[in-house]
Amino acid sequence: MSRIELDRAAVRREAVTADGAESEVVVLHETTLTLTERRVALVGANGSGKSTLARLVNGLVVPSSGRVLVDGLDVARSGAEVRRRVGFVFTDPAAQLVMPTAAEDVALSLRHRHRDRRERRAAALSVLEAHGLAGLADRSVHTLSGGQRQLLALAGVLATEPSVLVADEPTTLLDLANSRRVGDLLLALPQQLLLITHDLELAGRCERALLVDHGRVVADGPAADVVDHYRATA
Amino acid sequence: MSAGLLGLHRPGSTWLHRTPPGAKLAGLALLGTSSVLLRGPAAALALLALAGLLVVCSRMGVRSLLRSLRRLLLVVVLLGGWQLWQQGAARAVESVAELVALVLLATVLTVTTPVDALLQTLTRLLRPLRPLGVDADQVALAFTLVLRAVPATMEIAEETRQAALARGLQRDPRARLVPLVLRVVGRARATGEALHARGIGDQPGPGR
Repeated sequence: MSRIELDRAAVRREAVTADGAESEVVVLHETTLTLTERRVALVGANGSGKSTLARLVNGLVVPSSGRVLVDGLDVARSGAEVRRRVGFVFTDPAAQLVMPTAAEDVALSLRHRHRDRRERRAAALSVLEAHGLAGLADRSVHTLSGGQRQLLALAGVLATEPSVLVADEPTTLLDLANSRRVGDLLLALPQQLLLITHDLELAGRCERALLVDHGRVVADGPAADVVDHYRATA
Repeated sequence: MSAGLLGLHRPGSTWLHRTPPGAKLAGLALLGTSSVLLRGPAAALALLALAGLLVVCSRMGVRSLLRSLRRLLLVVVLLGGWQLWQQGAARAVESVAELVALVLLATVLTVTTPVDALLQTLTRLLRPLRPLGVDADQVALAFTLVLRAVPATMEIAEETRQAALARGLQRDPRARLVPLVLRVVGRARATGEALHARGIGDQPGPGR
């Protein structure tokens, strides 16, 4: 299992108020934690800092102070190497799917691994096949349903065989059947999973959960306990 | 509508599908250049006939064809009408025939060539420029993003229009433009973030 460490990591942003005065907004207060569990859930209110915390792990957000390490690699210093190990799934798959067709989008993930186009396409097709998306290979990503898009986005990320997967509310836009399917898929992955979710049932199935509130981790422990605490205090 | 431009590619096995993308691009460039060099309605009509023949060969299907022509209709009517009035029938026929022919040829290219293959060719063509600091892969990716942004932006425009309509603000340009611009910029940032997360801006893997 991988090891994610936050060492007094904090995120601050400059903000300009209406009267032109500059101030500093703390998005994430100094946080120190080590994640080694296979499935870790991040729960908490909208705007509490969950997404920022998750984005620290693959360098989409760089800490203003402190350090973030993945398997001992400093995210700020070895960003490219860290991103090769850490896959990221967004809430809205439409933003994540870059190429016109499903097979081409998966192939984009495989650019580094297969230089030959035919090989790359074959590899992309087998990735789609493995996710039950074989029939969609040449479909335009615009014509896919929300559930298919999210499964495709996930397939594209997993194609690079990351050792950690960060998922930012991956089921929020999905219907019941699709969110169950995506949730089950995520929890069954051999990879380490850092899952932001408002689906508390899904969060409760993880080993560990962190509750984030106003930029601080306010509860940390076995997922069931943290979810109960969140239900009681929210 | 949103599938528009890019949903156009149809997998197939006609000789046009099998022709390497480089040859097709070269052909398009050649025909495009000759449409400028060869004057007169006869040459333009010959080009149009050739384009029509290629459309038939590509087996693109009537729907794709109509879709790409429908977008063109307004331009054709305005351009043709203006030319007819200003410069006479011969010039009008020439302009319209050339325009339609070139759009048809471009459509044939997109219908018979996956974007991935086009990019591969583009990358290969640009690779010799590497000593000049041109990163072919990045350029090719930028092309894809532009292509992808067209239907995505149209989708956002449609959603914004509907949102304005739902609130009875369809006549208020602010209610349509401001959210459109903000959302397009927002989408651009999200796409950047997604590319970043997939390690696509990160350089360079082995063997590049």
